[in-house]
Amino acid sequence: MAVLRPKSTVPTKRNKPAGIKENRLFNTLNVLFMIVFTTIIIFPIWDVIVGSFSSSASVATPGIRLWPEQFSLDAYRVVFNDPSIWNAFLISVLKTVIGVTTSVFFTAMVAYAMSKQDLIGRKIFIALGVGTMFFSGGMIPIYLLMRSLGLLDNFLVYIIPALFSFYNMLILMNFFREIPTSLEESARIDGAGVWRIFLQIILPLSTPVLAVIALFNGVYQWNDFMTARLYITNEALYPIQMKLYEIIVQQQAANMQNVVGSVIIPTSSQTIQLATIVVATVPIVLVYPFLQRFLISGMMIGAVKE
Amino acid sequence: MKPNFLKRYKQQLPLQLMVIPGVIFMIIFTYIPIYGIVVAFKSFSVTDTISSAPWVGLNNFKIAFSDPFFWSAVRNTLAISFLKLLIGFTAPILLAILIFELKAGLFKRSVQTISYLPHFLSWIVVGGMLTSWLSTTGLLNSFLMTIGILDEPRNFLVEAQSYWMIAVLSDVWKSVGWGTIIYLATMASIDPTYYEAAKIDGATKLQQIWHITLPLMSFIIALMFVLAVGGLLGSNLDQTLVLINPLNASRAEVIDSYVYKIGLVQGDFSYATAVGLAISIISLILVIITHKITKKLNNRSIF
Repeated sequence: MAVLRPKSTVPTKRNKPAGIKENRLFNTLNVLFMIVFTTIIIFPIWDVIVGSFSSSASVATPGIRLWPEQFSLDAYRVVFNDPSIWNAFLISVLKTVIGVTTSVFFTAMVAYAMSKQDLIGRKIFIALGVGTMFFSGGMIPIYLLMRSLGLLDNFLVYIIPALFSFYNMLILMNFFREIPTSLEESARIDGAGVWRIFLQIILPLSTPVLAVIALFNGVYQWNDFMTARLYITNEALYPIQMKLYEIIVQQQAANMQNVVGSVIIPTSSQTIQLATIVVATVPIVLVYPFLQRFLISGMMIGAVKE
Repeated sequence: MKPNFLKRYKQQLPLQLMVIPGVIFMIIFTYIPIYGIVVAFKSFSVTDTISSAPWVGLNNFKIAFSDPFFWSAVRNTLAISFLKLLIGFTAPILLAILIFELKAGLFKRSVQTISYLPHFLSWIVVGGMLTSWLSTTGLLNSFLMTIGILDEPRNFLVEAQSYWMIAVLSDVWKSVGWGTIIYLATMASIDPTYYEAAKIDGATKLQQIWHITLPLMSFIIALMFVLAVGGLLGSNLDQTLVLINPLNASRAEVIDSYVYKIGLVQGDFSYATAVGLAISIISLILVIITHKITKKLNNRSIF
């Protein structure tokens, strides 16, 4: 941010006091900038929360709100009385829980085998996997594949295509490789097989990295909307994101008609949209403190193996 | 070595049984769809299978190149992507530098925590928030009217000419904080004696940033740049689908949403595949060119 350079002070290299003064100015401006910046991030989110707890009439009047003017739970009453929203929420919970468990387990299983340097075919498998990061058939060929696998309008479309991630496999593989082989060897002498070692020694020792991958996977599964948009037409299988999408599209249509001026928008729909946004985001907010702890280390595990 | 190959394989059979499902998965979900690209050179109807559909050569590509909606989608994709690259790529670098200069403590940690938050909201949620903020009674209009920039509320989401800016700025809002992580980690690994030496010479903060921080980050910046170019033309779908409407479509339709519309909504699989393939090839060429340029600038190869 070159603009932060103060105009009044001429930067003089040898003049120490001027430099210190300039640094103090820099620090002050930096703190001010951060306050504005965090406000820009937080305030719109806060505005949505406030709106969801307001009466539809007060949301329909312009104004900056710090607090609900007319506190109202009407929108939440509508949302919680809508069985299709409950259903969508349940689908989201199921797809997240089942998706994360199966995907982490499946990927870890492959990663464990791949962590053995002398595995026959290892180099070929790696080459195949690297290819998956660079090539893609594109939207339509993948759709045709899902169709021929019978995954259209099938709950399994949330689970099966997300079972394996080569990128996560690399992370896990590198982690497993760091585990001392002596642990495995002593277990093998005691008669433990590959599966027993994997389940009872490797997995328990890898909880931190498994947790990171599970959390990232969970956020992806909870927020994923394209899978439903592309492959699901049966409303009973809609996740909460897809339900929210429908409400937003209706709201936008109402906004547009409002522009044309012929139709009066049903004002309650806006607060319902806001309440649905809040409901769809609550699980993310609940795991956010856990995410916080893991995300830096998770990012770094990922970045190092780039 | 070779004679006991079978014996070795037999020995590690339990391990092989663990890895084979993963290999089968990759073949099915990545390599079979690559074969599916042949659909672009065929005339595929909904009842066909990939092999039974008749060949039509480059016909679908010819149609695409004479289709004004294709070119409009290409223009929008390029415009939005390049604006995102310009603003969305530089913003995290600048923000990271500023966060790095904050004194370690509660304030710094709070700034970071808050800046990551939007990354965890789905595009649908952000799209819903945007329809609320940008509506005539929403936050943005209220703000602009309070400070006197606007007299009348405007409905930004139905104004085609506002769309590119909305798309780019909302993307920056969502991703800028998250993008700082990699740069902050890089800066944390810079040897602090560089800064101490510069301070003794009387260098100001800006001089330190310009002469120490940025040069030492140049490799990671170049790497992130090539990666960003790689994803340049294909990551707008979620955002577009929530924000597009008939009134802003002339500026909002991008290649991915166009492929989605003609392929999955209208059922023209062959044409949609051809459009998707055309854009993948353009994307690949862009990556190669960028890689060449950054390699020249940096004298270091990224791959």
